[in-house]
Amino acid sequence: MSVSTRRRRYAAVALATVAALATTTACGDDNEGGSSDGAKPEKLVVDTFGEAGYEDLVKQYEQQTGIKIELRKVAQLNEFRPRVVRSLATGKGAADVIMLEEGILNEFKLNPGNWVDLAPLVGDLSKDYLSWKYELGKAPDGRLMGLPTDVGGLGLCYRTDLFKDAGLPTNRDEVSALWPTWDKFIETGKKYKQATGKGFVDSVTTAVNAVLFQQNGGDLFYDKDDNLIADKSPGVKAAWDQALAIADAGISAKITTWSPEWNAGFKQGTFAVNACPSWMLGIVESNSGPENAGKWDLAAVPGGAGNWGGSWLGVPTQSKYHAEAAKLAAFLTNTAGQVAAFKKSGPLPTNLKALEDPSFQSFTNKYFSDAPTGKIFGEGVQKIVPTHLGPKHQAVKENALEPALRAYESGQASKEEAWEQFTKDAATQGAF
Amino acid sequence: MKYSPYLYVAPFFVLFGIFGLYPMLWTLWMSLHDWDLVGTHTFIGLDNYSALLSDDYFWNAVRNTFGMFILATVPQLALALFLANLLNRPLLRARTFFRMAIFVPNVVSVAAVAIVFGMLFQRDFGVVNWILGLFGVDAIDWRREWWTSWIAISTMVDWRWTGYNTLILLAGMQAIPRDLYEAAAMDGAGPWRQFWTVTLPMLRPTFVFVVILSTIGGLQLFVEPLIFNNGNIIGGTQREFQTVQMYMFEKSIGNLSTAGYGAAVAWALFLMIVVVSVLNFVITRRSVK
Repeated sequence: MSVSTRRRRYAAVALATVAALATTTACGDDNEGGSSDGAKPEKLVVDTFGEAGYEDLVKQYEQQTGIKIELRKVAQLNEFRPRVVRSLATGKGAADVIMLEEGILNEFKLNPGNWVDLAPLVGDLSKDYLSWKYELGKAPDGRLMGLPTDVGGLGLCYRTDLFKDAGLPTNRDEVSALWPTWDKFIETGKKYKQATGKGFVDSVTTAVNAVLFQQNGGDLFYDKDDNLIADKSPGVKAAWDQALAIADAGISAKITTWSPEWNAGFKQGTFAVNACPSWMLGIVESNSGPENAGKWDLAAVPGGAGNWGGSWLGVPTQSKYHAEAAKLAAFLTNTAGQVAAFKKSGPLPTNLKALEDPSFQSFTNKYFSDAPTGKIFGEGVQKIVPTHLGPKHQAVKENALEPALRAYESGQASKEEAWEQFTKDAATQGAF
Repeated sequence: MKYSPYLYVAPFFVLFGIFGLYPMLWTLWMSLHDWDLVGTHTFIGLDNYSALLSDDYFWNAVRNTFGMFILATVPQLALALFLANLLNRPLLRARTFFRMAIFVPNVVSVAAVAIVFGMLFQRDFGVVNWILGLFGVDAIDWRREWWTSWIAISTMVDWRWTGYNTLILLAGMQAIPRDLYEAAAMDGAGPWRQFWTVTLPMLRPTFVFVVILSTIGGLQLFVEPLIFNNGNIIGGTQREFQTVQMYMFEKSIGNLSTAGYGAAVAWALFLMIVVVSVLNFVITRRSVK
């Protein structure tokens, strides 16, 4: 054996070692293998977006069970969704309990295998929730993908101090009486604009969302068989026309919802009205800050009841603790959990007992001038008729409808061009 | 010890294989499929690539990417060359301080830069509009027009990378032998003439390197335009500043069922970078000669 072959062998061994080391470090914490049900986890991770109001509940659960809970919050749904997608696609990094909004739930229903069937783990809870909401949490294959958290009953938040300066009434009943219809709303907005020179409502997209979700039971971008009908759906057209009317009236502050300017606008009083599905209350409060406490109030939305948003809690199959995660999801959505979340940040209960709970019904929100939010939202919730959203609802709304409207409002596109942009983009965004 | 050099460089190639080559080949494989990120995969050959050629939004992204690349890189390299020449003056006081200071923007995280510049370029409360207002210019909605957004985004890129390129060029300048300048001075060449006939030609290899680095970085522009409009993956309302990288992300992560198409966008971007780098190499070599 010559020296050089021995050396060659050393080199090969060394190379192999380096390679092996590199591979093991690359996937060092990879100890998947399904769930180890029954084992008690040290820690469970919960992913939420917006203001779910779980901070105190989670602490309570930690004390009860000794399981540490990590609450990961993301402000915006459009940042939240890619994270969930990434963890599902790579099979790693997903939380144990994930909040699924109605706009993205249907997309995940296309591949239900990624989600744990909660029904066998938490027992039959179908009688506990609004029945339509519970049913929507089921995937086509029948598994229960999520437990209902909240629905987004609609209201309008308004700034009493700014209304007063503009010579408008400030009492919430009088304000509600100002705008039984969207046309009256526009009239009021023009008066406000004339008096102050400032934008009345934050954006046209706020209005379009409100009108979209007032199409109780009607079709939006998809029909009941999930055929894309964005270009001919009467509900979408109605919302579109209403948004254009608001843009034409020039009463919006032309701010992009969820942008830093929007966040700052709450403090600066750049706009006086903002669409408030119940879950928005927590967002308005955190954006406006303590210095504006008591300046906001809540009025009825023009055009009648509607439902914007609302979520479910699901457990991804890649979680190692299916049973414990399901238990936590059930805890967060049970009667006490939903009442507590509502009081903290506003998400409107879907749990029937929570809706009947006296402490929910009599709840007044201090931040919103002591508005009886429990009563206001609680009355409408039983009347909600769900709208069918379809698989790519969120993408169509966010990447086709809203940009086209903004392009029209800022004068980049004519009515026809904007509509053409919307229908063209809806076709690509809505395909699945 | 014939093989030890290979052993020493092995870690790089092993890591490159795992984190560089493997994902690239995997992406190539994906791009030949109708690939659902969390579902099924069907082999479709080159269909994704042929669809790409007639995709308006892809070409729009290409235009935006190259537009911002040129708008950012040309002034950046000119400025970097100018600054490097200043810093190379032997009589400059506090040289080390300036050399350090110029590099600081590059150390700051890109997300932080994008957030701060996003605020500077706000419509309602932005500092840039406030300053322009002092000169009687009306508030500009920077995210609305393609050219305003391109200017804002290029400013961010230049803020981060001018100092970096300055330092590389400076290092190149310092490697030029002093006696060349002395000889040039003897022949009666002033500083300006010395710069053109000694510094620039001698700097050629460094300059090619800087240009290629800028090309690779510039064509992969992603974080700045993304954060500039609040994480909106389509850029402006009419995709005024959606880059190729953003379009790739929109197709592969934004829409789960078109991941294969997104992979094709990634490969198209890779090919563009290769072509432009080679072109740059050829042009810079010729012109400085």
